[in-house]
Amino acid sequence: MADAAAVAHDDHHYTSTGLNNWKLGFWTFIGSECLFFGTLISTYMAYKGASIVGPYPEKVFDIPLTSISTFVLLMSSLAMVLALDGVQKGSKKKALIWLGTVIVMGAIFLGFQYYEFTHFIHEYHLTLQTNVFGSTFYVLTGFHGAHVTIGVIWMITLFIRVLQGKMPPEKALQVEIAGLYWHFVDIVWIVIFVLIYLIP
Amino acid sequence: MSTESQTTTESFESFESIQRSQVPAESSSHHHEEPTGIWSWITTVDHKRIGIMYFMTSMFFLGIGGLEAMLIRIQLFRPDSDFISAELYNQLFTMHGTTMIFLVAMPLAVAFFNYIVPLQIGARDVAFPRLNALSYWIYLFGGLYLNASWFFGAAPNTSWVGYANLTSTEYSPGLNVDFWVLGLSILGVSSIMGGVNFITTIINLRAPGMKLMRMPLFTWMTFVTSFLLVTALPVIAVALILLAFDRFFATNFFVVASGGDTTMWQHLFWIFGHPEVYILVLPAFGVISDVIPAFSRKPLFGYAVVVYAGVLIGFIGWGVWSHHMFTTGLGPIADSFFVASTMIIAIPTGVKIFNWMATMWGGALKMNTAMTFAVSLVGMFVLGGLSGIMHSSAPVDLQQHDSYFVVAHFHYVIVGGLLLGMFSGLYYWFPKVTGRMPNEALGKLHFWLTFIGFNLTFFPMHFSGMYGMPRRTWTYRAELNVEIYNQLSTVGAFILAISTVVLLYNLWKSARTGEKASHNPWGAPSLEWSIPSPPHHYNFPALPQVRSREPLWHEDERKEIEAITLAEPEVEPEMPNPSFWPIVLAAGVTLTWALVMTGRWWAPVIGLVLTAIPVYCWAFEDPFAKKETAHG
Repeated sequence: MADAAAVAHDDHHYTSTGLNNWKLGFWTFIGSECLFFGTLISTYMAYKGASIVGPYPEKVFDIPLTSISTFVLLMSSLAMVLALDGVQKGSKKKALIWLGTVIVMGAIFLGFQYYEFTHFIHEYHLTLQTNVFGSTFYVLTGFHGAHVTIGVIWMITLFIRVLQGKMPPEKALQVEIAGLYWHFVDIVWIVIFVLIYLIP
Repeated sequence: MSTESQTTTESFESFESIQRSQVPAESSSHHHEEPTGIWSWITTVDHKRIGIMYFMTSMFFLGIGGLEAMLIRIQLFRPDSDFISAELYNQLFTMHGTTMIFLVAMPLAVAFFNYIVPLQIGARDVAFPRLNALSYWIYLFGGLYLNASWFFGAAPNTSWVGYANLTSTEYSPGLNVDFWVLGLSILGVSSIMGGVNFITTIINLRAPGMKLMRMPLFTWMTFVTSFLLVTALPVIAVALILLAFDRFFATNFFVVASGGDTTMWQHLFWIFGHPEVYILVLPAFGVISDVIPAFSRKPLFGYAVVVYAGVLIGFIGWGVWSHHMFTTGLGPIADSFFVASTMIIAIPTGVKIFNWMATMWGGALKMNTAMTFAVSLVGMFVLGGLSGIMHSSAPVDLQQHDSYFVVAHFHYVIVGGLLLGMFSGLYYWFPKVTGRMPNEALGKLHFWLTFIGFNLTFFPMHFSGMYGMPRRTWTYRAELNVEIYNQLSTVGAFILAISTVVLLYNLWKSARTGEKASHNPWGAPSLEWSIPSPPHHYNFPALPQVRSREPLWHEDERKEIEAITLAEPEVEPEMPNPSFWPIVLAAGVTLTWALVMTGRWWAPVIGLVLTAIPVYCWAFEDPFAKKETAHG
């Protein structure tokens, strides 16, 4: 999580590379997260077709529906970029509008996921326990959803800080790091959507 | 870069006189009284104090892990023994392995990362001091959590590799595996944060002129190890998460009847597990790559090659994991690949061995305790490496798999590699940390007891293994004719136990009554020796300007000591305030994991909500807020 005070301090601190510590550290953390999701996705792929009983992926996936939520999440990255621009330029109004948009879009994505999960459970009786597909699918997308949830909470925090007038352009790095996280979570979803939903 | 040994020795002498006049006077920087007392340690964010706490805690767990080993050895002293029950035996060897790897070996290395790396690169702290404290507290709580299982009579009992589906609720219904899977997850969080911290520190906080290829080898190996930590730990984290879901939420990851695959666990475990081997041993390689040049009075032979070899070991270490799995029947293509990659990784390791020997060759060797441990590592690790090359051949491995021969092998690698290296570093940096010299006589006694005890314990295991004694066996029949080897091992283990007592006594005695140490008692070349022993809490009154690989040693063409050319005026730097949020947050993280044990999905969610409080307090705390005591 971005460290409000320390980030501000480090902004003017000497570093060997000229890169900010927090940014570099966060990139390293994202590298670690790549391995985390990489392992979850590989587990899903390795277990593809291993389920002994149904329901199977072809039956439950609703590609048009998930395409909509994917599109929403993808567009939220654009809103994130505009929100950062707003903070950097000291435009409170712009920052609030676009941070608000990110929050709403993230919430819409989570809403779709909630609908998808409950639909799968009630309509197809696909639970965590039903078969290997259920286990791998829910754990993978569930962990991604948890990441989105943390991101939304983070964005709400930033939104309140902007509202309070505590986010001057010098502290834009806080929003930039939150943005790195948001874009990363977005990219992971693109990989999941392609590998898990689109490839039959 | 390479200088002849004689020149170095000469210039070293002249260096001493110059150094004395130019080093910042020790009395000049005592503006700030360092706080003492338990609260100051609980809230500390000073990398040196955190390093000391890591060391103390790992020594505590070394005692526990050692005690477990002693009980194992007593049980195996005689054939058909029933000194302890088979169930307790399972718990003992599982906890011995888990403790020694996750609670002793890794944190012991991290203790050195913490104390030494910022000093070696000319930094005043790590990049994220509070995160560093958090890593420590999570490690401590995770270790205590894991060991709390003893009080429930349910210590983990499925060995440190925890193969599926022995760990399933069907075959391990008790709390044992719950403690293991959750305890290790907690510890993984600590390691990943440590890795992020040290990568950032080493990339970003080097003093002016401290280029990557001027960094001491210990810092280099910390760098490589940190990359392995942030990449390997997420893999085991996922494996543990899958296992936890299987146990608590009845998923099907390792349930064969539902289409799950037990081999999947082995892959995930060893994809982490083999880089883990290098996480353990590379720091020790780094230590002796600093110690051997210091006591040979020669720059490290082939510095660049040693660095590249370390990096290469880190890379290839990712592609050898299935040599732990030759007996699972992966097929000839996969087996051949892993045979080849395993044989290849021996090359960079061998390169290092030759570089260390070439460094000593023609040097003015000073065989004190630190150097003796370093040299013994070179020999002992070769023995472990040679049996490793034997295993790399799949057909040979099929004979040796799961036998005591393997036990002998990895103890030669971990004790003969990691532990001897860490002891070397301990004696080497002891004066820097305590300001006093270690007692040489006790040090040598510790060395010989360790050396004899170690070889007596583990060398006979090669034979008992070859005669067919399986590992993890509770007892053995007299007809197997391995009694004598087991008795030798047990005697050796007692000698090792005595050696540890000698070490602890020496540390205690030397820290109190040892001869006062100067800033550079060994005449070593790296930056940590340019500042007082022990260092100020801000390490460097002014950041040094580095112009060479051995900043405190003369080079032929230069007539001054460049390291203490200061890159900025000498003022007491602003250091972050202490914080108690790391320990609170660590408690929250541990609590959240412990609540998973309830098997109710909402229980850990409550933990998460509680954990969010310290996260926010931490985020809005200003680490540089004005302190109440003014100093100037």
